[in-house]
Amino acid sequence: MLDLKPYQSLQEALRDALETFHDHVCLIESDRGRERHRLTYGQFRDLTRPLARALQDTGLGADPDPTAAANRAAIIMTNQSRWLLAAYAIHYSGGVLVPLDYKLTGREQLALLAHSQAHYLITEWFFWQQITRSEGFADFRARCVVVTDAPADAELCGAVRWEEFVARGAGREPVFRPRRRSDWACIVYSSGTGGRPKGCVLTHDNYLEQCWSLTRWYPFWPGVRYLSILPTNHAIDFMVGYIGPFVCGAAVVHLRTLRPEFVREAFATYRITYVCLVPMVLKNLERGLRQRLQELPWLQRRWLAGLVSLNRMLTRGRPRPWLSRRLFPAIHRAFGGELLAIIVGGAFSDPQMLQFFYDLGIPVANGYGLTEACTAVTVNNLKPFRPDTVGQPLPGVEVRIVHPDADGIGEVVVRGRNVMSHYLDDPELTAETIRDGWLYTGDLGRLDRDGHLQLFGRKKNMIVTAGGKNIYPEDIEAFFEGLPVKEFCIFAANYLWPARTLADEQLVIVLRPEPGQTCGDALHSELTTRNRRLQDYKRVHGYLVWERDFPRTASMKIKRDVLAAEIRAAVERSAMVPL
Amino acid sequence: MRTVEQTLEEILNLAAEHFRVPRTQLSPDDDFFKTLRIDSLQALELLTRLEQHFGVELPDYEFQGVTDFRTLADRIQARL
Repeated sequence: MLDLKPYQSLQEALRDALETFHDHVCLIESDRGRERHRLTYGQFRDLTRPLARALQDTGLGADPDPTAAANRAAIIMTNQSRWLLAAYAIHYSGGVLVPLDYKLTGREQLALLAHSQAHYLITEWFFWQQITRSEGFADFRARCVVVTDAPADAELCGAVRWEEFVARGAGREPVFRPRRRSDWACIVYSSGTGGRPKGCVLTHDNYLEQCWSLTRWYPFWPGVRYLSILPTNHAIDFMVGYIGPFVCGAAVVHLRTLRPEFVREAFATYRITYVCLVPMVLKNLERGLRQRLQELPWLQRRWLAGLVSLNRMLTRGRPRPWLSRRLFPAIHRAFGGELLAIIVGGAFSDPQMLQFFYDLGIPVANGYGLTEACTAVTVNNLKPFRPDTVGQPLPGVEVRIVHPDADGIGEVVVRGRNVMSHYLDDPELTAETIRDGWLYTGDLGRLDRDGHLQLFGRKKNMIVTAGGKNIYPEDIEAFFEGLPVKEFCIFAANYLWPARTLADEQLVIVLRPEPGQTCGDALHSELTTRNRRLQDYKRVHGYLVWERDFPRTASMKIKRDVLAAEIRAAVERSAMVPL
Repeated sequence: MRTVEQTLEEILNLAAEHFRVPRTQLSPDDDFFKTLRIDSLQALELLTRLEQHFGVELPDYEFQGVTDFRTLADRIQARL
């Protein structure tokens, strides 16, 4: 891999990587088992040149202030080669990348585009259509929109086709615009689609240092194949499915559809080495595997149980992939036979599920991180395997527990060069979150004697779904505006009633009825209807009727912490009516 | 060419068969995540089954946010 220490910026390191690993494969894209294309680092470089040139011709990177809105470019795309080509071209041109979640609604995407003030947008035709049909599009002010995958007869609403745009830059060399380590590399939104946007400003230093520390424990090299499943706009995949493999000369495999059957097929076809998953996807793999094992004849199941015991004994101190592959050849063949680790993060993982895979010789490294810390804070280094923790702090990252209780549980705070610069245009929130150089995560945890971090819940009013989505109650409230009650407020149930777990987190809507109003079937039905309009992972799980007015500030904002304390003191969780 | 009502009926039949629930328990406006007790990955499995049945390719992202059988039928009908 490249030695990242001397580099000043991501684009400098990536530019050198494309030369160093010129003939190695960097990208493979497959669609329903059909390979669409395969690019070497040299081909990748050649494809990005005209794109970067065309972006520069429209002004990207030209503003002398590296942080200027005129230098910000957003990407809204599913995982595909063009995502990485576009990201490379933006950084090469000195731009600041704004990766946005393609799973958001058009309206939500417009809100974040407006907040980031990105002057450029590179997106897929389907998402562009979604944006142009959304409320608020009239106020959309990007200077240049490039769309991929647009049908021949599509009405582009002011956008330019990718192919046409790239052709404009053909035959001319783009200018390489250097940046310093302290300059902004990306603005990544950790939440705030409906409320207060949280745009984490991450610097080149953040990414270079995070990449350096992650690859200490999980190195890539030419020949390694990383299966990119998590959305590339997510901090994890951006690091482990782009920066990490690229600076090491490894290959990234993209699938245009993430149906479980094609994901399973990809493991074997491309002999995958590493993959990062959220617990929900891992759970699905576990379910399929358990079902197949249960269908085995009784004698074979007994034999397998014996092998599991043997493997457990042999891999007690560290994984021994070569040995485990011999013990469970059929299972490992299904995973491609070269899998070194599944890295799981983004949400709570059930230790029993992690143990299930490890027992079959498939190491699962559980980790913990947040966008504000670039990607990862702790990861299990598997020496030894610990399903009950989220691992130890990565090299160069410090973790402390503040205000621990009698059991040693307190708020997890993090310090290191991976910690973001600030929240975009929100000094107040930045000051609340980063104090004396320490990032206050709002998560509750404990460090054990071996320095492993164990998580026990959250101090903050939010939930993380099994799919790794951060959901802030304030962001959901807009969807319930106009509800026929006097007032309402949404909370994370574990915030109202603290529970020492991160499993099955739920949202609850607290309803304050009008005087004399009864919360009957009509209201229940209204809640259900509105709830169903939300994406499944954003739904409220139940409601609670509260007969007192909500405490409010002078500016009439609900005092959420005070209300939560009142509810906590008066009502138990069992009072929540399921929706 | 099928009508959207026929498409809807076929989807309901296929969903009932695929997830082994009585057809009578499913209705067009049901939230299929709730009625079938499935997660988003299992919903993608259903999408594959529907692709095979209707002989069309259905991009995953076009079905993001779709939670009821009727909308599902509308989206599929648009591609038939």
